[in-house]
Amino acid sequence: MLRIVGLTKTYRTGDKALKGVDLEIPAGQVVGLIGPSGAGKSSLIRCINRLIEPSNGKVFLGDLEVTGLSRSELRLARRRIGMIFQEYALVERLTVMENVLSGRLGYVPFWRSFLRRYPADAVENAFALLERVGLSAHADKRADALSGGQRQRVGIARALEQGPELLLIDEPTASLDPKTSRQIMRLIVEICRERGLPAIINIHDVVLAQSFVERIIGLRAGEVVFDGPPEALDTAALTRIYGEEDWDAVRREAESDFEEEHAVPSASQRTEERMAGAV
Amino acid sequence: MSLHAVSTNYPRQWQRPPLFIKSRSMRWLVYGGLFIYLAAAASSVEINWIRAYEGLDRGWRFLQGFLVPDFTSRWRDIVTGLRESLTMTVCSTIVGILVSIPIGIGAARNLAPAPVYYVCRGIIAVSRAFQEIIVAILLVAMFGFGPFAGFLTLAFATIGFIAKLLAEDIEEIEASQAEAIRATGASWLQLINYAVQPQVMPRLIGLSLYRFDINFRESAVIGIVGAGGIGATLNTSIDRYEYDSAGAVLILIIVIVMLAEYGSGLIRKRIK
Repeated sequence: MLRIVGLTKTYRTGDKALKGVDLEIPAGQVVGLIGPSGAGKSSLIRCINRLIEPSNGKVFLGDLEVTGLSRSELRLARRRIGMIFQEYALVERLTVMENVLSGRLGYVPFWRSFLRRYPADAVENAFALLERVGLSAHADKRADALSGGQRQRVGIARALEQGPELLLIDEPTASLDPKTSRQIMRLIVEICRERGLPAIINIHDVVLAQSFVERIIGLRAGEVVFDGPPEALDTAALTRIYGEEDWDAVRREAESDFEEEHAVPSASQRTEERMAGAV
Repeated sequence: MSLHAVSTNYPRQWQRPPLFIKSRSMRWLVYGGLFIYLAAAASSVEINWIRAYEGLDRGWRFLQGFLVPDFTSRWRDIVTGLRESLTMTVCSTIVGILVSIPIGIGAARNLAPAPVYYVCRGIIAVSRAFQEIIVAILLVAMFGFGPFAGFLTLAFATIGFIAKLLAEDIEEIEASQAEAIRATGASWLQLINYAVQPQVMPRLIGLSLYRFDINFRESAVIGIVGAGGIGATLNTSIDRYEYDSAGAVLILIIVIVMLAEYGSGLIRKRIK
């Protein structure tokens, strides 16, 4: 489904983010991409849909060589690749529905998107997706009125509204609490199963990755240093990816972590309270 | 933990490092030089105290006129002037903003390619370089006395103001939102409409209302150099020593500016 050959990315500053990455992901496989900060995880998934232009190497989506496409062809290819972001990246001042429908932007002419007159089946699909992620009641709310977990669900619905053949997921649980993180990961993996969607999930939480994905790829300094099933990710492998650390202790700590549950007030509430003393 | 828990010898004094000029002698030189220049410049300003004393009388008459404003004897002129000024303000603000939006987008480094960026920045720089009165004098010379020259002047000045601030606002949008929209396969126009517009709209509306205020006040000033409007009425009544009518005009300008300020405040509060 997705094939990456000799992918290299050197930034203008001279930083080598990726040093010849080779990868192949078959249809329907959910892959966790782990590695320390700065290992090139984020660069790697952004090179796939060319949000970042790779310096060298090739990316194939099915038979289509994404790296060789012109600007307008690239737009058509991007429609086939859904993306879910760290910190949600919703357009905060638009409604939930507009955010979900924006997944359709690559399919509709400008006037339709400008007037928010989307084709009936796109609207129907958007409502169905909102129901699937459990947000039917929130369609007309502004995105910034939702909690973190709810926002990420909107992000998931937006990616699915594209009708993607592949999902690229960048740190979906960063800034979410442990319980919500697990719920979001479960939802993503379930949806991928339902639709036979392959996905690459960048994730820094090793334990979370191990408990949800079927294959783990470890990246270190722009190179793949581990590729295998989650069970094979032992202390030696973790040391290869991240360097020395007491890995058994880390694992024990993480297990006790998600038993804690916090009632987190919404961001807007918090800002209001913070500013209350200033007036 | 008590303070006495500290066992080793740490310094007990700390000074904030100089942030701007590191070298001590250089600091004295620069600040001292500035002070000497200020003193010298202030002493070089000539003040003719006798003239100022005589002028007090004239100023007093002006103030008296202001305190006893005469709205009636020049009422028709005042109404015509106000109507011209308001027309000028509304038209120039709207046209100015409509022209500013594409220029502002073109002047945002994160959206426009380099050539477009430099052209748009150039337009903004030209518009900001010339003060309204200078532009008005030029345009009055080109198009004759009257509100059309005023309209063009204010529209031109609005471009420099709105386009520059809009461009800066666009450059500071949250890139992640734009990235997410790009990832859907959106076109450039869709990117502007979905990722940029929602982020900059509240501020653009606020700036536009603010510019409306400015344009109304400026319309009174440029009227003095012949660009029509309430400024022309004001100028005429001062020339005729009719300070009571001039006072009436000034009061009306103040009232309208305050109303505009209040109205824009209400609108801005509702948009977030």
